[in-house]
Amino acid sequence: MTRLDELFASTRAEGRAALVGYLPVGFPSYEQSVAAMVAMVESGVDFVEVGVPYTDPGIDGPVIQVAVDAALRAGTKVAQVFDAVRAVSAHAPAVIMGYWNPIERLTPKVFAQRLKDAGGSGAITPDLIPEEAGAWLEAAKEHDLDPIFLVAPSSTDERLEVVGRTNRGFVYAASTMGVTGTRDTVSNRAEELVARTRQHTDLPVAVGLGVSNGAQAAEVAGYADAVIVGSAFVRALQDGGLDAVRRLAADLSEGVRRKA
Amino acid sequence: MTIAGAAPELPDKSGHFGPYGGRFVPEALIAALDQLTREHEKALHDEVFLAELDDLQRNYAGRPTPLTEAKRFGEAIGARVFLKREDLAHTGSHKVNNVLGQALLTKRMGKTRVIAETGAGQHGVATATAAALFGFSCTVYMGEEDTRRQALNVARMRLLGAEVVPVTTGTRTLKDATNEAFRDWVANVETTHYAIGSVVGPHPFPMLVRDFQRIIGVEARQQLLDRIGRLPDAAIACVGGGSNAMGLFHRFITDEAVALVGCEAGGDGVETGRHAAPLTAGEPGVLHGARSYLMQDDDGQTLDTHSISAGLDYPGVGPEHAWLRDQHRAVYRGVTDVDAMAALELLAKSEGILCAIESAHAFAGAKQWVAEQGRDDLVLLISCSGRGDKDVDTAARWFGLVSEQDIERASAVRAAQE
Ligand SMILES: Cc1ncc(COP(=O)(O)O)c(C=O)c1O
Repeated sequence: MTRLDELFASTRAEGRAALVGYLPVGFPSYEQSVAAMVAMVESGVDFVEVGVPYTDPGIDGPVIQVAVDAALRAGTKVAQVFDAVRAVSAHAPAVIMGYWNPIERLTPKVFAQRLKDAGGSGAITPDLIPEEAGAWLEAAKEHDLDPIFLVAPSSTDERLEVVGRTNRGFVYAASTMGVTGTRDTVSNRAEELVARTRQHTDLPVAVGLGVSNGAQAAEVAGYADAVIVGSAFVRALQDGGLDAVRRLAADLSEGVRRKA
Repeated sequence: MTIAGAAPELPDKSGHFGPYGGRFVPEALIAALDQLTREHEKALHDEVFLAELDDLQRNYAGRPTPLTEAKRFGEAIGARVFLKREDLAHTGSHKVNNVLGQALLTKRMGKTRVIAETGAGQHGVATATAAALFGFSCTVYMGEEDTRRQALNVARMRLLGAEVVPVTTGTRTLKDATNEAFRDWVANVETTHYAIGSVVGPHPFPMLVRDFQRIIGVEARQQLLDRIGRLPDAAIACVGGGSNAMGLFHRFITDEAVALVGCEAGGDGVETGRHAAPLTAGEPGVLHGARSYLMQDDDGQTLDTHSISAGLDYPGVGPEHAWLRDQHRAVYRGVTDVDAMAALELLAKSEGILCAIESAHAFAGAKQWVAEQGRDDLVLLISCSGRGDKDVDTAARWFGLVSEQDIERASAVRAAQE
């Protein structure tokens, strides 16, 4: 059992959904980003998505775009992502969330090796599909990392089957057709997507895109195994620093424990 | 026939040209890409589609475009030169070839909105034009920097009824406009077709755009055979994303004696690092949905590019060019801003043809290539991919044809009118 498997076993035993928090490394500085990730965990986040800053974040909305742009301008390097994973994984499981080119550039083998050495559990790769992932799947397997691909409302049953069969750890269900960002309501297509995904896999299904508060987290926790929150954490960190991050994590954490 | 006979062997079923191409996109887009692949495949064998496209190309876009012998320019560079006149196609560049094909596909898919990215604005203008013709709504993403240096084309797009969205993220040029177009597409894919403007992006775009641009080389090859009874020694084109070059080259790939020469934007000089020449000085990587040559740093971050030409100012390039490069079937070279502008002037003054700054890179590259061959009997086929109206402002400043005072006075008049 990997660390993520154990985590999901325990949240399932508690009869609740897991809470996942995303922040990009290097925003507003390396130190502050790591402090905020640790603060998230101390305030109720179950595991962390450590964001690899990338110049062309195609599936991210304005909040995350601005943050990763700032991180890169401040000189953040991919090597620091592994440092951040090391720091965070002392407190909770950590997966990286990274676009494909920085991984390919380092080579899948070396990236996987360094992620494992840092104590990482796996990688979410939003612009990589299983069909293009041969080298990555091999490297992830060798280093016992969970490869996590996404499903979307437009995914056919055939594709849900491929992703369900290929993933380890969990399946990331994008709640809506769109980019990251907070939304007033979480798309009702999310629940249907989770149900369809479950027909093809026994892995936990995590829902991301759009969740920003405890009430939304409770709603999603009613049908998913995990709730992923990104832009709202970035905005909290930007506007209110560590305190705001802690408050948001506590609110969300209460949400995933509430029965909607 | 317009696109019949497209060489089917590459890409393979999953969109790869050897190690290049493929699909590196969010899962949310896969269904739409599959739909587009199916629709394209069907269209290639559908007499009705081919007839409709042929009619549009002839009677709307003005194809076939002429093949012009450039005698005085040829004398100046020491070769016999023929120009494929894409500048005379409707909207002023080759971009219309691709857009008419994609507009027909959009209609067949039942979609009612098209979006596009644009650098020089030529693809944006072509897309806005097709949208007006087909009754689609149209949004064009353009880097803020490019809306400034290609202001004429912004006005053209708006006159044609398109919404132009200036993109203020990242480097504010074509790369970031492409990111924004992808984001729009993910959110609106059910009603919207993303008409990519070059042979870039995830499969099937590099293949699909090539198939629609292939007519450039098909026509030119026949025209040249009819005119002089032989094939050229070289086919030469500028390379931004690579669509006019791929369109010119493709029919000649199996004509092994014909050299294929692609001219990238060398900016301040490839050795300075300030350029947009990934095939000349980049390395393989993934950007905008495909693996190809790419300007990137050691962390795989995309590098800033520099070129006087908005249409070539792009860190990536189509995957089929990467393949042709590795196979040594085509050669690529960087052409500096200075050399391109000198060639623009030479062509204007020797032939009375004011070409786009993008196309000028091909003319400069042709001159250099001829000088390297050490022969005086060469026949060149050069893609004149677009006309230079949009670039008059940039060129006037470059050659000092207007004083700062003129510019200030003109902008004061404009401000007063607003
Ligand atoms: C006239 C002209 N030529 C060439 C290009 C470069 O595109 P491609 O390399 O796809 O032909 C552009 C792009 O804007 C253009 O406007």
